[in-house]
Amino acid sequence: METVNITIEGQSYQVEKGLTILEAAKKCGYEIPSLCAFNHGECSLASCRVCLVEAQEGKGPNRLVASCVYPVSEGMNVTIGSPKATAARRTSVELLLSNHNRNCQECDKNGKCELLHVAQVTGARENMYQGEQTPVTVDMLSPSIKRDTSKCILCGRCVARCQNAHGLSVLGFEKRGFNTIVGPAENRSFMDSPCILCGQCTTVCPTGALTEVSEIDKIDEAFRAGKHVVVQVAPAVRASLGEEFDYPIGTPVTGKMIAALRRLGFERCYDVNFGADLTIMEEGTELLGRIQNGGTLPMITSCSPGWINYAEYYYGDLLDHVSSCKSPHQMQGAIIKSYWAKQMGYDPADVFVVSIMPCTAKKFEKDRPEMEHDGIRDVDVVLTTRELGKMIKRSGINFKRLPDEDWDQDIMGEYTGAAVIFGVTGGVMEAALRTVYYKLTGSEYGKIEFTEVRGHDAGIREASLDINGTVVNVAIASGMKSAKVLLDQIRNGESKYHFIEIMGCPGGCINGGGQSYVKPCFLPNEDDDILDTYKEKRANALYSEDERQTIRQSHNNKQVQELYEKFLGEPNSHLAHELLHTTYNKNRERFN
Amino acid sequence: MAHLQQSAALQIEEICSRYVNEETPLMMILSDIQKEYGYIPLEVQELVSEKTGISVAEIYGVVTFYSFFSLKPKGKNVIGCCLGTACYVKGAQQVVDKFSEILGIKPGETTDDGLFTIDALRCIGACGIAPAVQINGTVYPKMSVDQVPALIEKYRNGGNA
Repeated sequence: METVNITIEGQSYQVEKGLTILEAAKKCGYEIPSLCAFNHGECSLASCRVCLVEAQEGKGPNRLVASCVYPVSEGMNVTIGSPKATAARRTSVELLLSNHNRNCQECDKNGKCELLHVAQVTGARENMYQGEQTPVTVDMLSPSIKRDTSKCILCGRCVARCQNAHGLSVLGFEKRGFNTIVGPAENRSFMDSPCILCGQCTTVCPTGALTEVSEIDKIDEAFRAGKHVVVQVAPAVRASLGEEFDYPIGTPVTGKMIAALRRLGFERCYDVNFGADLTIMEEGTELLGRIQNGGTLPMITSCSPGWINYAEYYYGDLLDHVSSCKSPHQMQGAIIKSYWAKQMGYDPADVFVVSIMPCTAKKFEKDRPEMEHDGIRDVDVVLTTRELGKMIKRSGINFKRLPDEDWDQDIMGEYTGAAVIFGVTGGVMEAALRTVYYKLTGSEYGKIEFTEVRGHDAGIREASLDINGTVVNVAIASGMKSAKVLLDQIRNGESKYHFIEIMGCPGGCINGGGQSYVKPCFLPNEDDDILDTYKEKRANALYSEDERQTIRQSHNNKQVQELYEKFLGEPNSHLAHELLHTTYNKNRERFN
Repeated sequence: MAHLQQSAALQIEEICSRYVNEETPLMMILSDIQKEYGYIPLEVQELVSEKTGISVAEIYGVVTFYSFFSLKPKGKNVIGCCLGTACYVKGAQQVVDKFSEILGIKPGETTDDGLFTIDALRCIGACGIAPAVQINGTVYPKMSVDQVPALIEKYRNGGNA
């Protein structure tokens, strides 16, 4: 490693060549306030000017430079705390605030706002600059994501994330100078643009400009109306919810989460893992059917509503490849309102299903017209992990002091390890392979785990399995940038795969757009490299729960078996198709 | 969204294909389209996006950043009034205001008869002859408010009077 000698605040240091001043200072133990710089240069437009420091090279002048982009050089003398540098940073923040909507108390990001953080650190003064404000757009038309330009500081993080995750950015800068805003082309709503509503932008936004659309009020209304309110929770939520209550990232909080849900008044608390097992039964059967009967291959999973949006917008010609299965929580919602309601003697119209999801696109998915049966919606409300955290906080529950409780066990409480790992990229594939292996061979896969398909990052993984003479080629992608490669292969007739898993967010649901914010400045107890490790930590929380389960294959879920015996008949039966399968829109316009 | 006529779509595809070997082809493509059609609506941007792989949001950003590009059709005669620093201090604002007053439109707008568009430009590099006005490529140096009515009449009559 090539190094250079620099001086920071009069102290000598040897640091890696090529680092920015910001990175080098961090390694030497200094915390320069910064805003637009994010995640090792994922975004580094040097637009906010919050990280200004004084730097002198050789005998050159002592200049103010943006430390997030300025590289260190031999003999450089950096000053962070001089009156000139501190005043410059403070002015930068005060100028940002002068064109910012300052209703901080009511803002969704209250407590998680990085602008407020740097305002505090730099000592910004009250109302220093007042004047004209940029015309404001507030987009609340989508059920998933709210965009409020009055809080946007034009840092470009969301633009970079959309581009990095999905390759084709929906967000961009438009107009110029004082009128510049960030939004979809023509400043349209997310609903009128080809946004897949994944919510990745909300996870990187430093302020309250991009947030999920909250649905907590609808739950309050349902309680007031005396409905039978049932809650179901996605696997990935348990790996992240703890972060809302200052647990280290990757702490599974399943037991406390269930205890909290019960205290919030839900009549039943179910795990979407039951629905995940059901999905495997349906999807596995569909896959085997396609392989054995010469159906359309490769078949692609359909659990991720962000991916489904992308498929409809950009690959309408390939929709026959997508499994007709609804996503697990939609399946389970349909079962709660039919099988469970019948068992309980309830009118399905009085049952209200709430899904807790790591996802903003699920909010859109549950509103799709196909997601109902006989006029009864499968799912009524979708909350993100973050919203659940808020709901618990406002109720006065002390999360850390809750006991560990277990899911309601009556008729859909059982779940297998296969279902838990749905929350991480490769998980649905692995769960499906465990069951497909059994269906093809009549016995369980000895090692249980198909570690070939595991991972926790974007990118493509593939494996080829010889199951009793039947070769199954599989591939996994998360994030649309990776998915596009596999989809173009199919379009060009070059795909060698039988089964493909695609997840909308890079890394799968553990890194979903509805998960807790990973903002290093608010995580003093996490390591400096937390942005590199949080996905792995959350994934491990799920894999460890899989290992703890005694039953680890979906087809061995006794209650799922019972559901088929008593109600559905067999996988892919007529009733199963009515309740658990869906259709897609080949003619979805990207701009309408 | 209105769909493009096939002939237009083919021509835009042809324009995109001119620059396949360029590392950053966007400005050249947009510039050719602007010259050919006089404007670059969203459906055209979408087609360019499909052909180049550059996102529509980014293309839209470029189109709205540079005043040379237009989202709406421009008039037959485009009056570009330089409002750069040199022209401005020499009274360019009054010249623009006079054009606006006579034509009844603001900078950026087009007259109902489709004859005139006023563009407010930032420095066209003709500071020595400030204030400068450029109509359909012809530069008029040292413009004064008094010259405006005659200039408009000239172009109303076909530009040759």
